[in-house]
Amino acid sequence: MSAIVEVEGITRSFGETRALGGVDLEVQEGSVLALLGPNGAGKTTLVRILSTLIPPDGGHARVAGFDVEKEPIAVRRCIGTAGQFAAVDEVLTGRENLEMVGRLSRLSKRDAKVRAQEVLERVSLADDADRPLKTYSGGMRRRIDLGAGLVARPRVLLLDEPTTGLDPANRLDLWAYLRDLVNEGATVLLTTQYLEEADQLARDVAVIDHGQVIAQGTPVELKQRFAGDVLDVTLASSADLERAAAALDGVGTETPRIERGVVKVTVPVANGVDALVDAVRRLDEAAVTVADLGLRRPSLDDVFLALTGHTTDNSDGVDGADPPPTPDTPGVASTAEEATR
Amino acid sequence: MSSATTTPSVERARTIDAHGEVSNRLPRNAWLVDALVIAGRNLKDLRRTPQLIVFSVVQTVMFLLLFRYVFGGSIEIPGLSYVNFIVCGFMAQIAIFDGFGVAIAMAEDSKSGLIDRFRALPMARSAVVGGRAAADLLRQAGLVLIVIGVGFLIGFTVEGSVLGVIAAVGLCVVWGFAMFWVFAAVGLFVRDSETAQAATTPFFILVFVSSSVILVDTLPGWLQPFARNQPLTQVCNAVRGLVEGDAGAALSPGTTGHYVIISLIWCAGITAVFAPIAIYAYRRP
Repeated sequence: MSAIVEVEGITRSFGETRALGGVDLEVQEGSVLALLGPNGAGKTTLVRILSTLIPPDGGHARVAGFDVEKEPIAVRRCIGTAGQFAAVDEVLTGRENLEMVGRLSRLSKRDAKVRAQEVLERVSLADDADRPLKTYSGGMRRRIDLGAGLVARPRVLLLDEPTTGLDPANRLDLWAYLRDLVNEGATVLLTTQYLEEADQLARDVAVIDHGQVIAQGTPVELKQRFAGDVLDVTLASSADLERAAAALDGVGTETPRIERGVVKVTVPVANGVDALVDAVRRLDEAAVTVADLGLRRPSLDDVFLALTGHTTDNSDGVDGADPPPTPDTPGVASTAEEATR
Repeated sequence: MSSATTTPSVERARTIDAHGEVSNRLPRNAWLVDALVIAGRNLKDLRRTPQLIVFSVVQTVMFLLLFRYVFGGSIEIPGLSYVNFIVCGFMAQIAIFDGFGVAIAMAEDSKSGLIDRFRALPMARSAVVGGRAAADLLRQAGLVLIVIGVGFLIGFTVEGSVLGVIAAVGLCVVWGFAMFWVFAAVGLFVRDSETAQAATTPFFILVFVSSSVILVDTLPGWLQPFARNQPLTQVCNAVRGLVEGDAGAALSPGTTGHYVIISLIWCAGITAVFAPIAIYAYRRP
């Protein structure tokens, strides 16, 4: 396996704002790399550089062996793009949009037609192919946008937040298409704010924050490296939260963390089974009524929290009830400490 | 599914040149193919949003009728009826009224991300703007013919020759081509349709401080030098001379030939300056 996307020390600023501060990255041919980070982390800037839309200030980037600055046309011949803003012509039909992109990708008229039909079937839009796009739903629009990226059979697919703004049903739907592509051996670089999306689709994940890649590895590696198993205790009553957290102090590798909104105490543990037994005993002694208790593998959310001290911007729900961690102290410890006092 | 049915040539056509390598150069016919594809797209857009054409036609016709019947009574043109005077003026104005729409459409494409998609494709860079220019020329020619047609209904007559009318339509389209680049540059720079609308408002000055609907001699003295020398006035004077013969030519100091040549020089100059600016604005990140 060889690297088909190589990024070395890429920097890019917009006026005073530093969007990328020296990014190194590799995507292996036939693999999927998810670039995971919150809004404003620099994900889109990196994708735009790789798509030859903006030049980097410093560093080098190569796609399929071609330099994005010196050989932009060769790079464009090798990439397909799709993004958060469905870049399609509203008035044209789905088929016409795909044929247009095919023609502009140097396919012959005949090949553009053949490919458009194949791609329409591929993204399940064959029945709606001859309707103008303005009659499409949001999910269909994203699919035709993804389709436009596929028409020319690119060696590398660059997807900038392909599911941002979609409702859960449409997101699951789009994931299915992306997973099929991945299974067929497409090389994909996708950016996402959704930890779950990275977990679902990517073999490799690069975590990016403030213009820098702060960790890279497979989801499993990242979870093992940056977060162990997590003990999840759901209580019957939120009045018991403090007492339970105090009782569980010392069970795991860090102080327990209270998630008030879902009436939960969580604590990262090193030896899961021993900790579980220990926890049951302690909770029993403290006479806390437990609704549910279990060990879970850490989510990428836990990894992101461990790495950056903050959760991703869109983490609605689980962490919503906690006070935001202060930037200069590790988030896990500070919030948990606060909670246990 | 897809890999089984695609012809092998699909992959080859896209990435591989005669030497079997991915080329950093475009094939020689790329500009023509791309410009035709883009022009086709813009014509399809135009055909399927008839309200856009209807409104621009209604607007043009309405103004023509307003000027003919509201101002027609009070504006005296020596040797020429007012309807003959303004139909010629309106033919030359189309370039600017149509341009407002060009700026807005270009800004919308930029904002929607469609231009970004085009820029990430292995296509000729100037073809996106060039293709739209081609589509726009057809649209402008259509509008000029509509102005002439409506003119006939409200009393417009040709005092010159039919050849002169054909030459005048041709000149209007060349002039429209030049102004296209100005408006395309505005739209591609501002990248927002509302800003584009605001940014094109000053062009009303160009329209009204000219010989398009009044005689320049009737303007205040300080306005006359601008009105007399700006490009729209040259085109209006040339069109009047071509369409209305001696009666039209007598309204301005120069000969018809003089105004035709000056108009063409203006068109060449405007295109030479604004086409590169528009293409730069398109390529700009």
